[in-house]
Amino acid sequence: MVLAADDTLRLDANAVDYALVVAYFAVVLLIGFAARRRVSDSLDFFLSGRSLPAWVTGLAFISANLGAVEIIGMSANGAQFGMATFHYFWIGAVPAMLFLGVVMMPFYYGSKVRSVPEFMRRRFGTGAHLVNALSFALAQLLIAGINLYLLATVVNALLGWPLWLGLLIAAAIVLSYITLGGLSAAIYNEVLQFFVIVAALLPLTLLGLHRVGGIGGLIDKVQAAPGGDEQLKSWPGTGLTAIENPVLSVIGIVFGLGFVLSFGYWTTNFVEVQRAMATKSMSAARSTPIIGSFPKMFIPFIVIVPGIIAAVLIPSISEAKATGGTVDYNNSILMLMEAVLPNGLLGVAIAGLLAAFMAGMAANISAFNTVFSYDLWQQYVKKDKPDGYYLMIGRVATVGATVIAIFTALIASNYNNLMNYLQTLFGFFNAPLFATFIVGMFWKRMTATAGWAGLVSGTLAAVLVAFLSQDAFGSASLGVLSLSGQGASFAAAGAAFVVDVLVSVGVSMVTAPKPAAELAGLVYSETPKEQRTDPEAHLLPWYQSPPKLAGISLVLVIILNLIFR
Amino acid sequence: MSTAHGQAGADGPESGTSSQKHTAGAYDVRTVIAGLIGLYGIVLTIMGLVGDNADDKAKTGDWNANLWSGIVMIIVAVAFALWLWLRPIVVDPVALEKEKGEGTSDGSDAAPH
Repeated sequence: MVLAADDTLRLDANAVDYALVVAYFAVVLLIGFAARRRVSDSLDFFLSGRSLPAWVTGLAFISANLGAVEIIGMSANGAQFGMATFHYFWIGAVPAMLFLGVVMMPFYYGSKVRSVPEFMRRRFGTGAHLVNALSFALAQLLIAGINLYLLATVVNALLGWPLWLGLLIAAAIVLSYITLGGLSAAIYNEVLQFFVIVAALLPLTLLGLHRVGGIGGLIDKVQAAPGGDEQLKSWPGTGLTAIENPVLSVIGIVFGLGFVLSFGYWTTNFVEVQRAMATKSMSAARSTPIIGSFPKMFIPFIVIVPGIIAAVLIPSISEAKATGGTVDYNNSILMLMEAVLPNGLLGVAIAGLLAAFMAGMAANISAFNTVFSYDLWQQYVKKDKPDGYYLMIGRVATVGATVIAIFTALIASNYNNLMNYLQTLFGFFNAPLFATFIVGMFWKRMTATAGWAGLVSGTLAAVLVAFLSQDAFGSASLGVLSLSGQGASFAAAGAAFVVDVLVSVGVSMVTAPKPAAELAGLVYSETPKEQRTDPEAHLLPWYQSPPKLAGISLVLVIILNLIFR
Repeated sequence: MSTAHGQAGADGPESGTSSQKHTAGAYDVRTVIAGLIGLYGIVLTIMGLVGDNADDKAKTGDWNANLWSGIVMIIVAVAFALWLWLRPIVVDPVALEKEKGEGTSDGSDAAPH
């Protein structure tokens, strides 16, 4: 390890490390070429021809989310706030994934839509559809750019390559494997990437624990450090939410983070849902997020725990924490890698991180090209063209999105904060979307006008709360409400949800609903049971039955919540 | 990738008249996982056997981290290879139909998913 004078991070990777990284990328490109051989029609390119088994899509489901923001962000949270970070997984993600599998997937898969915005169009018409498709497409471009930027900064930090070179090479690799193989290639890479990440982070965590003297040693050291006991408790999480009142803090976590933000993200984000749509049966589609929930609930142990370890093991972080100095918590996991991994494992770890960041970007782009070709181009620009035409548009969109992502990445490198705020802003689209979906799926009276009006007003409510908070939009925020940090996001999401529901109900009362016949497959009460269920579901053994698996997962996550409370 | 059009590694005849089972072979993601993790395992094991030095020991707290990680990765790779061998994915649609008609489970459903 060499810490240069300007405190830049450098790993001294040797030839073996580089070889392991190169081996990974060679395999990634091979998958792209192999996948290409069987891409025959546009459904194949976009939804993998609905042919993948559930364990593959289940792992892809969590891998698509296990990108730069997750690994870097959650380990940084762990270093800064300690165990309260577990809420993102056990209060947030896992219950939301189970809800998606048990309640919402029958509608998505059963209605044979190709994207989440398409479901929106069939239920609420073009107003809500356009709002949803455009905001989603824009958000994907932006987030792809952020992923690409983070990727290039890590390449720069680890290997010393200049930013622009890292950007171009990474973009070229992502581009080639998506255009070659479509969603199949993206999903296969995500599954592969999952194993490489575990192979990288599990030894990192175990070695880190060993260095601090095992679990007992870690507990002692965290207690001795500033923050002490607070960091070893997950409730009430006042450090995480920056809400001083413990009761309000708990409400913020359960309702804002757990119910609204996480349910909104996991149930309506097409990047995730697309993976479940690539399966071959209703049961497999419902099992996708449920199977994913099992590894998901253990990921915090290899992502957050290394962050907590870094906070006591790495002098520059622990000193900054003790003296109130500044440190970039985002570097926690990289610093830990540099401190405990020998050459060899270091190469696996670099490959794993690069893989995660590229897969995150690939997931954004493959979701973008589906929404762009089906929901924007086919719907609003050129209708009724042959299949091959939309396939071609999808490929062009992929190239275009990658080029745009390079530019967003360059903007991100100059205006780092701006990007954070934009990302916060796009996060606000998910909360009202979830409200609109859930009301629209279970209340047949909800009208088309209510669809888009609810979305727009909910989003505006979130933006308003963010502006009134201390710092959700940085210096642009007014500071009228005493909310800051992640607590402000939770509150904004909660407000978006409540306003969306109120506006949707209010507007529905004064506008005309769609005829009930058009709502089959889209609304619970109007959908025949056969369409919502898999006719062969009763033939499946218990370990393939979605509700039973979900029950097991729920019990496990409750146990985890109780152990680490 | 769960089909094997013209794939040399597939074990059925290529001429399309077959009613024999095609397996996904190299197209199965499990092949790729077993291959890459296995390669990493072998490289790390060798690193652990020949390359372990004082610098590394200081970092890992006296564990031979490469060796142990490498061995575990090899075990994982072998497990995937066994799974692949015991429960291959059957992809030939003709074979699938035929098997369904005979009332036996098709190979792809036999893979636990």
